[in-house]
Amino acid sequence: MNQRYLIPLTAVFLLFLMAYIGVEGLGLQVVFGVIFPYLAVLLFLIGFVKKVMGWAASAVPFRIPTTCGQQKSLPWIKQNTIDNPNTSAGVFVRMVFEIFLFRSLFRNTKAAFNRNADNRLSYSWEIFLWVGALAFHYAFLTVLLRHFRFFTAPVPSCIQFLEYIDGIVQLGLPGLFVSGPVLLLAALFLLGRRIFDAKVNYISQAADYFPLFLIIGIAATGIAMRYFTKVDIIGIKELTMGLATFSPVIPEGVGGLFYAHVFLVSVLFAYFPTSKLMHMGGVFLSPTRNMANNTRAKHHENPWNYDVDVHTYAQYEDHFRDKMIEAGLPVDKKE
Amino acid sequence: MSDELTPDEALDKIDYSPRSKGEPSNWLDTTKSVQIRPGMYCYAAKADSVNTLGLPNAREWNPLDDDWKLPEDWKEILHNGIKERLERFRTFKVFMDVCVRCGACADKCHFFLGTGDPKNMPVLRAELLRSIYRNDFTTAGKIMKKIPGGQRLLGARDLSLEALKEMWYYFFQCTECRRCSVFCPYGIDTAEITIMGRELLNLIGLNIDWIATPVSNCYQTGNHLGIQPHAFKDMLEFFVEDIEDITGVDCTPQFQKKGADILFITPSGDVFADPGTYTCQGYLILFKYLKEKYGLDVTWSTYASEGGNFGFFTSHETMKRLNAKMYAEAKRLGVKWILGGECGHMWRVIHQYMDTMNGPADFLEVPVNPITGTRFENAASTKMVHITEFTADLIKHGKLELDKSRNANRIMTFHDSCNPARGMGLLDEPRYVIENCCDNFYEMPPNTIREQTFCCGSGAGLNAGENMELRMAGALPRANALKHVHEKYGVNTLGTICAIDRAALSTLCEYWVPDVEVAGVHELVGNALILPGEKERTEDLRMEPLPGVEEE
Ligand code: SF4
Ligand code: SF4
Repeated sequence: MNQRYLIPLTAVFLLFLMAYIGVEGLGLQVVFGVIFPYLAVLLFLIGFVKKVMGWAASAVPFRIPTTCGQQKSLPWIKQNTIDNPNTSAGVFVRMVFEIFLFRSLFRNTKAAFNRNADNRLSYSWEIFLWVGALAFHYAFLTVLLRHFRFFTAPVPSCIQFLEYIDGIVQLGLPGLFVSGPVLLLAALFLLGRRIFDAKVNYISQAADYFPLFLIIGIAATGIAMRYFTKVDIIGIKELTMGLATFSPVIPEGVGGLFYAHVFLVSVLFAYFPTSKLMHMGGVFLSPTRNMANNTRAKHHENPWNYDVDVHTYAQYEDHFRDKMIEAGLPVDKKE
Repeated sequence: MSDELTPDEALDKIDYSPRSKGEPSNWLDTTKSVQIRPGMYCYAAKADSVNTLGLPNAREWNPLDDDWKLPEDWKEILHNGIKERLERFRTFKVFMDVCVRCGACADKCHFFLGTGDPKNMPVLRAELLRSIYRNDFTTAGKIMKKIPGGQRLLGARDLSLEALKEMWYYFFQCTECRRCSVFCPYGIDTAEITIMGRELLNLIGLNIDWIATPVSNCYQTGNHLGIQPHAFKDMLEFFVEDIEDITGVDCTPQFQKKGADILFITPSGDVFADPGTYTCQGYLILFKYLKEKYGLDVTWSTYASEGGNFGFFTSHETMKRLNAKMYAEAKRLGVKWILGGECGHMWRVIHQYMDTMNGPADFLEVPVNPITGTRFENAASTKMVHITEFTADLIKHGKLELDKSRNANRIMTFHDSCNPARGMGLLDEPRYVIENCCDNFYEMPPNTIREQTFCCGSGAGLNAGENMELRMAGALPRANALKHVHEKYGVNTLGTICAIDRAALSTLCEYWVPDVEVAGVHELVGNALILPGEKERTEDLRMEPLPGVEEE
């Protein structure tokens, strides 16, 4: 067994118990239902903005996009305008593909080595991580957006439409939202990769398992509430609307499971800015992807460019003049 | 090379599952056991070379010794160095923060594929430095190191001597080829992290000699081999004699000619070592042809006689110092624009850095090919054109008379050099030139060419003799793909547009695919080009009989 995932697993479990017992046993509804959520959102916002501003404050001295296709050169050579853009429009398309479709990950291959048979190194297309990651992120996004029904009254039509689409597969009652189980399964898949893929296991730290367990916990408690324990939706909406309108109320009859769910979400929010989850903001700022490949065509300034010592031609000639003259090479100063 | 592994022994070592070799379960634990192993590293920089450049902490030292003779305050120097670079480079800062350790890059590095060493997974190479960053520069790190076991949970560690040695070892087992960056969902470029890492190591005097000495030579004499001006001229004249033997035409080049149309700069490897020398002869033949037919005036320079920029493997500052010569010489000579030869990292520097570091070159004209009238818009600011762009343009406009049959014995494939491929996107131009000089061209498998091309294993200054095991292991993925087309199509020549490739790939072919030769693209051009007034050729530039000739 491995402490790198046992510790985070235990931590998430303890966090759950803390909230559950805190509410059920000690009656700390206000702490877990009001104070922590507010605090978490605050930490999230401040942390996120600080981090992004910190990145933005650093210079981008050189244009160093990773080019993944033919450059723009001679008019009759077909440029790959998306993977090797030389205009902002091209960069925009590249970034859209990157952010919404995880284009680079889509390229992923898996290497295998066949000792003895023919000693071949072979590469096969490895789509599962892409599928898993895409499912995970879109399911997460859908679930998140769906939750806006708890913070809005009346519920905007776009949210209602999203719910309609999400619930279009009807399986029993209440209507199943596909996003929930997909999120849970995708997170379990990502966890499985970390545990069973030897390479990924080797590079994984507790900090990689912790958010996964958190999200699994959140998804599981959410699903449990919706389909199995049947929580008091009216009461919950009262509480969430109270939070949204800054006039918090604690309704009767909402059980510990709900508070535990909210607490895990709060922990995720608070944890977000200091963790690798910040890739969400970073993907927009990655200089290898978000710059045009036009460095030879356009001049770009380096904000901290400074003069350096160089070995000038004059010094060079001084050093080698006799030899140059003897060899018949032209010189600036003859003697 | 007798202590070297045989190919079979090297293949035996490959295993892609990290744990099977009894590696400790957390790589953070292995620091103490970092084994710097001969064959896998380059010798330390000589004090002399470091001194010439005025770089810090010049001394004789040996990586195998316990004592690396570091300055007293090395930790502080590194700490400040990291801090400064976090502000200067958004790449560095973002890349330190956003990796999710998804592992998509893990099996993309040729060094991992060739050695199976888990620390050669790009993500882990970066984590070596990231673990220090997390510990010392992040809020989470500052909190967690106060909690017992907290560092471990976060994947953070203190900057210890062992950690430093490990970083040195693995940052000099990266050729800065950027293949990993193609696959990363956030575009994390481990090469960029390696560049920062090496720059940091340099601050405390931890360079390798195969970089420091070429840099110091480039700085003093203009080229990495330290060829002095008269000797440089002699070497080219030696080629001129050979060409005259083969073609009957005198292709003597001009040096430092003021007012020439174009300044030509190529890596000095082309002047010095086979098979680059044949490529160099190709340039000479091309320029002679253009002079005779169209009056194009090209000059070489002994001062700016190195396109390759080993400074790139040292620090941004050193890169700038070496690169400055190109513009300085173009300005002094009053040429219109600059033409660059076949070189990998030279072009990465020219394409992505030069104009920003040493430009704008407003004393030069936007490059126009005077023969075809083509305006090289893509080089409008740097004023520097790649020779395959130039030659492809000439061929397209029917300005070159080429006799493909002289290359009929060559069954070609093309190795995209990492830097032009992933730092520039120069993919189709060289192919176009090859296809117009030779009828037999086959691509290697799709996962190993173009932006997914594999490194020669000896880039970024790792082309030394003492790290042969590392080089051959790193070259395996390239060689493996080459072997495939060699067996399938009878490919016997690997074309490339990089001087390090021409040197490194020749060694790798000898080791892994003995029947394949390496050739620069302009060697093929030189063979195929029909020079005005030439005699009937019976030999190619390697002085081997032309196809069909030996039977007569
Ligand atoms: S592919 Fe990118 S995010 Fe994934 S492990 Fe590698 S560097 Fe990190
Ligand atoms: S840049 Fe190249 S050598 Fe370095 S880690 Fe990435 S793939 Fe490996």
